[in-house]
Amino acid sequence: MAGRGTEWLKRALLEIQEYVRLIGQVGRSLVTRPIYGRDIVEQLDAIGVGSMTVVLLTGTFTGMVLALQSGLTLDQFGARPVVGRLVSASMVKELGPVLTALMVTGRVGSGIAAELGSMVVTDQIAALRALGTDPVRKLVVPRVVAGTVMVPILTIISDAVGMLGGAVISSLQLKVASSVYWNNVIAGLYMEDVYMGLIKPVVLGFVLVTIGCHVGLRTKGGTQGVGRATTNAVVAGSVAVLVFDFLITKLLITLMY
Amino acid sequence: MSTSTFPVTTSAPRRDDSDAPVVVFDRVSLAFDEKVILQDVSFTLRSGHMKIILGASGAGKSTILRLILGLLKPDGGAITVNGHRVDQMREADLMEVRTGVGMVFQEGALFDSLTVNENVGYRLYEETRQPLEQVDARVAEVLGFVGLGEYGQRMPSELSGGQRRRVAIARAICAKPGVILYDEPTTGLDPITALTIDDEIVKLRDLEEVTSIIVTHQLRDAFYIATHEAARQGNEIDFVKASPKKAAETAFVVLKDAGVLFEGAADELRASDDPYIRAFLS
Repeated sequence: MAGRGTEWLKRALLEIQEYVRLIGQVGRSLVTRPIYGRDIVEQLDAIGVGSMTVVLLTGTFTGMVLALQSGLTLDQFGARPVVGRLVSASMVKELGPVLTALMVTGRVGSGIAAELGSMVVTDQIAALRALGTDPVRKLVVPRVVAGTVMVPILTIISDAVGMLGGAVISSLQLKVASSVYWNNVIAGLYMEDVYMGLIKPVVLGFVLVTIGCHVGLRTKGGTQGVGRATTNAVVAGSVAVLVFDFLITKLLITLMY
Repeated sequence: MSTSTFPVTTSAPRRDDSDAPVVVFDRVSLAFDEKVILQDVSFTLRSGHMKIILGASGAGKSTILRLILGLLKPDGGAITVNGHRVDQMREADLMEVRTGVGMVFQEGALFDSLTVNENVGYRLYEETRQPLEQVDARVAEVLGFVGLGEYGQRMPSELSGGQRRRVAIARAICAKPGVILYDEPTTGLDPITALTIDDEIVKLRDLEEVTSIIVTHQLRDAFYIATHEAARQGNEIDFVKASPKKAAETAFVVLKDAGVLFEGAADELRASDDPYIRAFLS
């Protein structure tokens, strides 16, 4: 039993070591040539534009359900008109960044792990190296850049449609005047909230993509291994998103509030 | 045997220093955890010559090719490729050495998301600053060389197994490397298709003077390559029985128990009375 525990701990430490090493390689590759610009543009499109539908749907329905639930609670205090404050603060500070990151993890993190994993088991990564290309520069860096740039943009879109969804419910269901709702949306937001809402997705985008790349590049065991890598990327990516969300929130509250 | 082919205009570097060592293994050892893959393996491959590495599955044949490219590092010994100690080089420095070596992977290892043209010209398109028209012309030339001139716009998934291997060969030779490594180039192919691949390998060795290593356990293909030579007759290429001089330039290396059991020409291999080799050849 103890032996198995030690073995598990060793494997976990090895994974962390390899993950940190990959991040180091990404850092070096970002500041030295060659940079594969065309691949970066392709990934911006694949990760950003490709995730738009799912983010729009998630953001809209989250904003709507938030307004519904908040309305019920606020009614107990006769404070239904301030529903806009709750929707905007919740979306911008927490739900927008986290739900967007989770949705992108499910869609993009798994896709990256599956794609890179397939390339590993079919020797395409070895072929890249044999042809004189560094797989980290060619495959990982464009995805990391795209994830770090596009997840914040997707989050802003998610926040915006979430507040719009909240406005629809406030107006049609809760019968709160639109001007009251939007005044409260603005009144409920402070600059610190906006900073928090923009810093979080940068970190979460970086984390979820690097985890997808790391898991994909460490794939072993043929097609079965690719399946395992895909699952691991989603599980590890989702947990990491929630853990990092907590850590960043704690850090930013300490620094800014 | 004779075949009508595209005029051969590919041009790997000509041998200016005949018999100079190109790949040298000096007491190379490698183990994965407890399993010893190679133990004190030594051999020398000279310019324009060929080594055919035979051995059972798991004997470390493909590992030797990966060590040459620096895709793996040995635990001990020295590996020299074109004068560079690849076992001591950093990954970034290895990229330069790899430009002189082409590799045909098992199953081809073509990039799924790229067309045949993009696969074949990958190194030239991505890693050099050659003008596009020049690269396009080179890609068309090598695809013609392997008889797939019409397949440039297809995706790898649209090709048969034999066509994929030929595209892999075209990709390996496109940047004109002096050394080509073939990892099981005919495994899983029918005999007719395998013969076309064998002919491509012989053509590259004899007409382009490419130094090469083939890893295989397909004895029929191995002996065909070792005992035939390509000769140009105008626009035709004939495959005839190799002259004694040409036959001496191709050596077999048989691996067993992580070491080299035999090294020598085809005739010597056939004449060997080692029980393992007799069993292997039977």
